Amino acid sequence: MCTYLTEKIRIDGAAKGASGWFTVTDGMVYVDHPYHACQEHTVNIDLTNPAEGPSARVAIELTEEAALALVEAIHKALAAAPPGLASGTRRSLPA
Amino acid sequence: MTDAMWAGTVAVTGHEGAELEAYAARPLGSGPHGGVVVIHHLPGYDEATKEIVRRFAAHGYAAICPNLYSREGAGVSPDDQAAAARAKGGVPDEQLVGDVAGAAAYLKGLEHANGKIGVIGYCSGGRQTFLAACSLRIDAAVDCYGAFVVTAPPAESPLKAEPLISRAGDLSCPLLGLFGADDRFPSPDEVAVLSAELDELGKEHEFHVFPDAGHGFFSVDRPAYRPAAAVEGWKKVFGFFGRHLAA
Repeated sequence: MCTYLTEKIRIDGAAKGASGWFTVTDGMVYVDHPYHACQEHTVNIDLTNPAEGPSARVAIELTEEAALALVEAIHKALAAAPPGLASGTRRSLPA
Repeated sequence: MTDAMWAGTVAVTGHEGAELEAYAARPLGSGPHGGVVVIHHLPGYDEATKEIVRRFAAHGYAAICPNLYSREGAGVSPDDQAAAARAKGGVPDEQLVGDVAGAAAYLKGLEHANGKIGVIGYCSGGRQTFLAACSLRIDAAVDCYGAFVVTAPPAESPLKAEPLISRAGDLSCPLLGLFGADDRFPSPDEVAVLSAELDELGKEHEFHVFPDAGHGFFSVDRPAYRPAAAVEGWKKVFGFFGRHLAA
């Protein structure tokens, strides 16, 4: 089965895809059949920049456990850094 | 009698004159051959779908699968095209009908065509097969686990598909439906509702719900593959097309 539920978010960052680095602007997270992973269902994450065309995409297909471990790792990494260090608002501050 | 075939990428004219990439396969024997339009699943125009096209050619049909996501750009890989199309809510129904009509016209224009056209589709292509069969004059249709014919997609879904059951009166040909008992989209209840509606309308149809099979049981490259259902399903498909697409 597919849940057909898709979480769409705005993203600010960069990713490396099939044709090199690009700025990512959008993200989608959904539980569905994977394209490549050998699982019936995976947590699928697309990081994209629709303005640069469909090839500006990094696709990730994770098991539920792997997706939750990734979320936890992100939280831990952020918690270990001073608050705001990686914030998008810092880019406009003087170095 | 020869079992040799030709297979490769061709261009067809789809909805509103758009040029579509398509994968075609046909027997090299002199025919006559019935034609089969294959509608790919939601994940797109992939290797496994091309294999299905060749399977029809091996059984004596001229077959073609148009890349419904061709408009996402030439040279873009099929999985990226599929992701972009999914994000846009899928393929609009009107566009699908035009694209299938273009693929059918390609088949009818082939030397040795017998003029008969069948359509088969998987997953989202199952629903689109039903749509094509209610919109175009064709000779046989096979819906493999197409969801959202009876009910609308969940509200959170990016897919903009509308239910089609109100169109059932326009069904132009016999319909074979192949479904999995463990599928939720469509559920066996939805399959039963569609079957009852077609009974009521006096529309020729034959539905099979396979046990121990869910969505995508024909997909040989995915864990959803269920050999028992797929082997039996293929027998039903070739029996059905054999009856309805013969010259």
